[in-house]
Amino acid sequence: MDGELGIFIQQTVNAISLGGTYALLALGLAIIFSIMGMINFAHGELMTITGYALMYCGLAGLPFYISAPLAVIVATGAAVLMERIAFRPVRNGSAASMLVTSFAVAIILQTLFQNLISTRSKAVILPDIFAQSVHFGDLSIGINQILSISLTVVILVLLNWFLRKTILGMAMRAAAEDFSVARLMGVRANAVIAGAFAISGALAGAAGVLWVAQRASVDPLMGFVPVLKAFIAAILGGLGSLTGAVAGGFALGFIEIYLAAYLPDHIQPYKEALALGLVIAILLVRPNGLIPAATIGKEKV
Amino acid sequence: MTTTLLDVKGLCVHYGAVEAVRDINFSINEGEIVALLGANGAGKSSTLNAIVGLVPPHSGSVTFVGNDLVGQATEAVVRLGITLTPEGRRVFGSLTVEENLLLGSFPLADPKTQRATNLEKMFSLFPILAERRQQIAGTLSGGQQQMLAIARSLMSSPRLLLLDEPSLGLAPQIVDTIFDQIVELRAAGITILLVEQNVAMSLEVSDRGYLMASGGIVAEGTSEQLSSSSIVEQAYLGHE
Repeated sequence: MDGELGIFIQQTVNAISLGGTYALLALGLAIIFSIMGMINFAHGELMTITGYALMYCGLAGLPFYISAPLAVIVATGAAVLMERIAFRPVRNGSAASMLVTSFAVAIILQTLFQNLISTRSKAVILPDIFAQSVHFGDLSIGINQILSISLTVVILVLLNWFLRKTILGMAMRAAAEDFSVARLMGVRANAVIAGAFAISGALAGAAGVLWVAQRASVDPLMGFVPVLKAFIAAILGGLGSLTGAVAGGFALGFIEIYLAAYLPDHIQPYKEALALGLVIAILLVRPNGLIPAATIGKEKV
Repeated sequence: MTTTLLDVKGLCVHYGAVEAVRDINFSINEGEIVALLGANGAGKSSTLNAIVGLVPPHSGSVTFVGNDLVGQATEAVVRLGITLTPEGRRVFGSLTVEENLLLGSFPLADPKTQRATNLEKMFSLFPILAERRQQIAGTLSGGQQQMLAIARSLMSSPRLLLLDEPSLGLAPQIVDTIFDQIVELRAAGITILLVEQNVAMSLEVSDRGYLMASGGIVAEGTSEQLSSSSIVEQAYLGHE
């Protein structure tokens, strides 16, 4: 196979894999935003919690195929608790108080990780197979990326099925569009919001597993950067739009990976700035994002 | 012996310092169509929102067949058998007609069996909705959206339907159709509180009525009495 083409294919696989992780995270942010009108900046800490769950499961000697779903369950539970303890009391407050609450939750959790676990990065035991690759001619693709892409696809299909085909999914879409009227239909506000947090926690958990599987370590601030990226992806896609969040996640993954692969060496230090510059350029053309939400400007909870 | 379904006593609703509803009393008996009339801003919608718990009343009591509604969550009130078709229709625009209707069945005690039956009932009451079943609700015409909004409220087999301004923003012909359908609903045994600015048409289809102005009830009686009362004639019917 041609070398140039081989590199291009490999970078595309990288882009899909990274974009998929951003897409899962951005979806989690978008689900909460579409229903509550709040950006949950503590979303990243759900990823970090997943990482620590994986670490402790590994230390306890559990195999990865058990510890990974377990870690996702831990993240889901943590998200539901977060809503119950921190966000429900401020639900009727302003968007600003909810935002500040989410920052507070993020910082409290980071502090707890630093003081109760370690300020430093801890190793996570991963199965050996994750380091292996599959070879197609002279093209080699990491097992870990194949798993990551497959898992992302499965999750997106499942979520789409849930939102379109189940009555609970319909209730969530209705609540995202008009919360008061959804309540007039007898949809329980607390149940829908708790459900949204559970889904967003499971998505953060899945993204956390994928993130850690690439790095084999976890640290207290691990969630910050990917969630910032996911926030950018969600805005790029159209804040509050679920399809937009997926589109934005993949778009950002492609922008980052291609810039890192094809920018000349002396421009590489500016790649983050260039990536964000591109995002802004896209937003100048499409101010409401790639696929805007149907309900922009409507009243939330 | 008639059963009183809804009994409102001394209801006051405040928004901050603004008194939207001031000490009103009214009741609805099973099987009636009762009209709650008045100009824009008279306090009609606030009254409805207070009944279903979307806004907390400042004071007063709201009783629905023996259940005290004050302080209950909207989703709990709906489960007792009251549904509100909100002003401006507010169908879920990004969902299909069928999905909108299915959501209306949420409060049913036994959704599995009743949902399909009610869906068929709605399709025979509003045949246009059966035709448009898979269409995205936001692309329906105003009149069709109003029918969908009413049908959605009926999906839970309510005992009392609160209709907020069903004629708002619709062409006169479509308004006629909607009012014909309201009469049909009563024939089907549904009790209705009809909130309207269109006083003349509402008095034609209703049994009794209450007239609101600046937050209070200023006239009440049978629809015939109200049609011939001087206050209603002068203010709303435009008779000389």
